[in-house]
Amino acid sequence: MTGRIRRGNLDLVLEPGETALEGLLRGGAAVPSSCRAGACQACMLRAVSGDPGSLAQQGLAPALREQGWFLPCMSRPTGELVIQEGPPPAIAASIAEVTEIGPAIVRVRLEPDEELSYRPGQYVQLIQGDQVRAYSLASSPAEGRALELHVRVHRQGRMSRWLAAAAPGTRVGLRGPAGACFYTEGRPEQPLLLVGTGTGLAPLRGIAHDARRRGHTGPIALIHGARDPAGFYLVDELKGMVDGSGNFRYVQCAMSGEPSEGLEIGDLTQVTLRLFPSLKGWRVFLCGSPDRVNALKKQCFLRGAGLKDISADAFLTAEMPPPPLRTPANRTA
Amino acid sequence: MTSLYDELGGAVAIDAAVDIFYRKVMADDLLAPFFDDVDMERQAAKQKAFLTMVTGGPAHYTGRDMRRAHAHLVAEGIGDAHFDAVVGHLAGTLKELGVSDDKIARVGALAESVRNDVLNRDPAV
Repeated sequence: MTGRIRRGNLDLVLEPGETALEGLLRGGAAVPSSCRAGACQACMLRAVSGDPGSLAQQGLAPALREQGWFLPCMSRPTGELVIQEGPPPAIAASIAEVTEIGPAIVRVRLEPDEELSYRPGQYVQLIQGDQVRAYSLASSPAEGRALELHVRVHRQGRMSRWLAAAAPGTRVGLRGPAGACFYTEGRPEQPLLLVGTGTGLAPLRGIAHDARRRGHTGPIALIHGARDPAGFYLVDELKGMVDGSGNFRYVQCAMSGEPSEGLEIGDLTQVTLRLFPSLKGWRVFLCGSPDRVNALKKQCFLRGAGLKDISADAFLTAEMPPPPLRTPANRTA
Repeated sequence: MTSLYDELGGAVAIDAAVDIFYRKVMADDLLAPFFDDVDMERQAAKQKAFLTMVTGGPAHYTGRDMRRAHAHLVAEGIGDAHFDAVVGHLAGTLKELGVSDDKIARVGALAESVRNDVLNRDPAV
């Protein structure tokens, strides 16, 4: 069967031997590209339906493959391929509950009007008036339709202070999910290392539960970093995940204070590397402050974790410039 | 003639090589400073393109691309020592993957062919 591609208003039948990229460009779509050999990933797009072919996903991280990202320069679809154009529409949600769960940290439960399909660890854009902020999802679809966010209430934070004071029933908009920081199946015995600072714990909590729910058998270690020992939250829940099997390990790491059982004092990167000196074969999830996440990412790679086995989600606060687009969701905009 | 790229096993093998190669480069004190603030995924994609090229795989890079891509590094002071170090790590990577010495020499020759473009200088120098 001849390949056919659709994207927005574009709908064309591919010529014999033509790649999806060549077809898109012939049809007038503005798709950036460089090597056209499946190497540079400049042309990466997301398929909404249809099969781009395995060659077009060779070398992409499993999390990206699972969401339909592919390289159109290597794609010769044999059927119809529908490619995403522009951001997906926002959905409306009600704030169901706001609870203080830590020092200047609130848990916000949202009831979306329609069910959101997401993977624990992904994030959503929360829209309130003209303000938009990204928050990781701490919940899991298996727990029900409600979404759970952990929000650090910044002293000057327009959105976070508004959320902390929001009454139940208040309406907000949501866009997403997005992000590739989530558990992927296929290697249930692989050891997992989850390291996060502050509310970086939110996606890690979701990922840890998701891994277990999906039958992960390998060891899971979660290290939570905070400035001082008062900064930890969800402590009872995480301690409750430690069972007799030794398969779940929960470590707190504070920059200052007195060390005790389960509490390390020191630099988060140094402590992580001391506890886990070799990460060859490990799957690593890193979430939280950009400087910590980037330092850990580099060190975990140098200690043997494969680059495609490291998922990092650096949280940027609103004052900072937007992050470079890693996944080209808005590339055509 | 079959390229080393195909002999190695194509894109799958190159993906495995990228991690080893990139790790060697980042652990090298001479080269590490140039990789401090780069996006690791994007850098790995470039390294994949490089490894694809020097093993004779499908690549569409011109001398001009090479010059443009490295111009800022030349301005920051990279030279023959850096280039040699990278080629050394390339050879080490292939050795680790069990590639024979004569094939490694072939790859070295291909890498050598872009030296002047990478270092942005006249081929006659």
